[in-house]
Amino acid sequence: MIAQQAYLDDFDWTSWDPVFLAVKVVLVFTVLLVSVMFMVWFERKVVSDMQNRIGPNVAGPWGMLQTLADGIKLFFKEDLTPAGADRFVFKLAPYLSLIPAFLMFSIVPIAGDFSDGNDGSVELFGQTFVWQLVDPPMGILLFLAMSGLGIYGVMLAGWSSGSKYPLLGSVRASAQMVSYEAALGLSLAAVFLSSGSLSPNEIVRAQADGPFGIGGWNVFGLGFVPFVIFLIASTAELNRPPFDLVEAEQELVGGFHTEYSSLRFSLFFLAEFMNVVTMSAIMVTLFFGGPHGPVFTETLGWAWGLLWFVLKVLVFLFTFVWFRATLPRLRYDQLMDLGWKLLIPLALGWFLMLGALRVGQNEGWNPFAVIAIGLVVIAAGGALLAGAIRNARVGRTESDVLEYG
Amino acid sequence: MGYLEGFAVTFNKLFEERVTGEYKAKGEGEKRDKPERFHGRHVLNRYEDGMEKCIGCELCAGVCPARCIYVRGADNPPDNPVSPGERFGWIYEINYLRCIHCDLCVEACPTQAITESKLFEFSFTNRDDAIYTKDELVVGDDGMPQKLPWEDWRPGDDEHTSGWMRATSPGGSVAYQNTVSWSGELGYGVRSPEMGQHAPESEPVAAGGHEDHDDHADHGGH
Repeated sequence: MIAQQAYLDDFDWTSWDPVFLAVKVVLVFTVLLVSVMFMVWFERKVVSDMQNRIGPNVAGPWGMLQTLADGIKLFFKEDLTPAGADRFVFKLAPYLSLIPAFLMFSIVPIAGDFSDGNDGSVELFGQTFVWQLVDPPMGILLFLAMSGLGIYGVMLAGWSSGSKYPLLGSVRASAQMVSYEAALGLSLAAVFLSSGSLSPNEIVRAQADGPFGIGGWNVFGLGFVPFVIFLIASTAELNRPPFDLVEAEQELVGGFHTEYSSLRFSLFFLAEFMNVVTMSAIMVTLFFGGPHGPVFTETLGWAWGLLWFVLKVLVFLFTFVWFRATLPRLRYDQLMDLGWKLLIPLALGWFLMLGALRVGQNEGWNPFAVIAIGLVVIAAGGALLAGAIRNARVGRTESDVLEYG
Repeated sequence: MGYLEGFAVTFNKLFEERVTGEYKAKGEGEKRDKPERFHGRHVLNRYEDGMEKCIGCELCAGVCPARCIYVRGADNPPDNPVSPGERFGWIYEINYLRCIHCDLCVEACPTQAITESKLFEFSFTNRDDAIYTKDELVVGDDGMPQKLPWEDWRPGDDEHTSGWMRATSPGGSVAYQNTVSWSGELGYGVRSPEMGQHAPESEPVAAGGHEDHDDHADHGGH
């Protein structure tokens, strides 16, 4: 509350132009919708390429308008509400998953000049502004809160359908998303440690100075591990393959959205793919310097930022599609094992090691010694954990034998 | 690193030749030929003299795993019989929103009354239209399936409607496997044997059928 008040006091109200803000909102909204349209097409096309198929190729050039055609079709479909559904929650749920998906993107800086210590502001149309809808000082917390809220959409959709498969899907969803949220948050903490801020703009700015133009990016500075954990946890958070147990078609029909049709179904679909785009953008912001990148010619000016940003996001979109085409779905217990027994301890251990490095910088310790000791501690902790798990399993088997003969 | 090999496999697939073809060959506007025993929309066949083959026994409805067939039999009017024999299919309805085109009805049919054409491109704007009645299923006077306005018939779709039935032993009896034992159809007569099949040397007792229709009442019910 105090921080909020300080933020409001510091806020420069003279520069606050509601019309300009509205224009930015509409722009972000449109860009996001178009990118979702593109993403669905991209995913279908790349997956079909990876499976030696042709993919959509009828609507528009290379089938690019396929998503639009599907969207229009969904508009005209019959909208069904199951008899056993909780009608209010059933209708609320799609919006609960769509609105957070939209809000999440508002904190992402999508362009701007971050080189040479600039703060990313751009002068255009007589306005000086940053290429992001808002830059709240607790920006990344907003992201965490919104991705947490998105779970409610999935959970309530399954629960309110009044049908068994959606319910199973949503039970899986809540368990999966909550457990991976922990690993996600812990790997994020490492980013806060290095940038010293929760504001996306400042996180990008902190990554801007480093050797070779890209040396300051968090993915290198934090030693890859937090990034890998974030990538895996965000795949699980997005319910994308190989973590798509929520909508495992072979077992649960469609999962949480089985009972949805028409526009409500398309809202879930929209939210899901929007989350993929947003999560890629967040990942780029946190670990890959956002719009920051080497500038080769001065003529493009601030557009370099936009170019780099789009390129980096594209790489991650491709990665998510690649995951989907390559990896088989995890079993439910494997999913929980990976989250609780590997990702969370590893994220925690790595975070502690980065913290020790930070302290060591102030105290003048040898950083290599700190890393070596840190790795030994992590390895020892991992061995202890593995031993404990094995011991528990042996105990369980013995008690099973005693009980059931 | 066994974990990463899979990624290389899928990535290399990006540059390989596509194995699937176009749904509609570009430029030609024609679709590819369908296999001879393709399962499509049903037809109700008639004998060569125009009588309906269906005897209303409801075996197709009983065997249907999707429960999409509804049949009611009725006694033939003595002065104007619809089918040879005692009974005929009075009501015959197939719900194409449920049909999975498994062809079990075709195999169950003792008189080879129901077979499948190769038509699969037909759509409806309401659920009532998806229920085909006997009026729409029975073949026309030329022995060809009726071509309804909302169906996209292509050349060849309406031929060999009994292909699948002829591939198996119609009576379900092993003794008659690979033996021509199917009845004549309106517009086609008795279909010729396929590869590996042969015409019977002596007339099988229970599986004849291309002689008089009085005979059909006898073996229709076995």
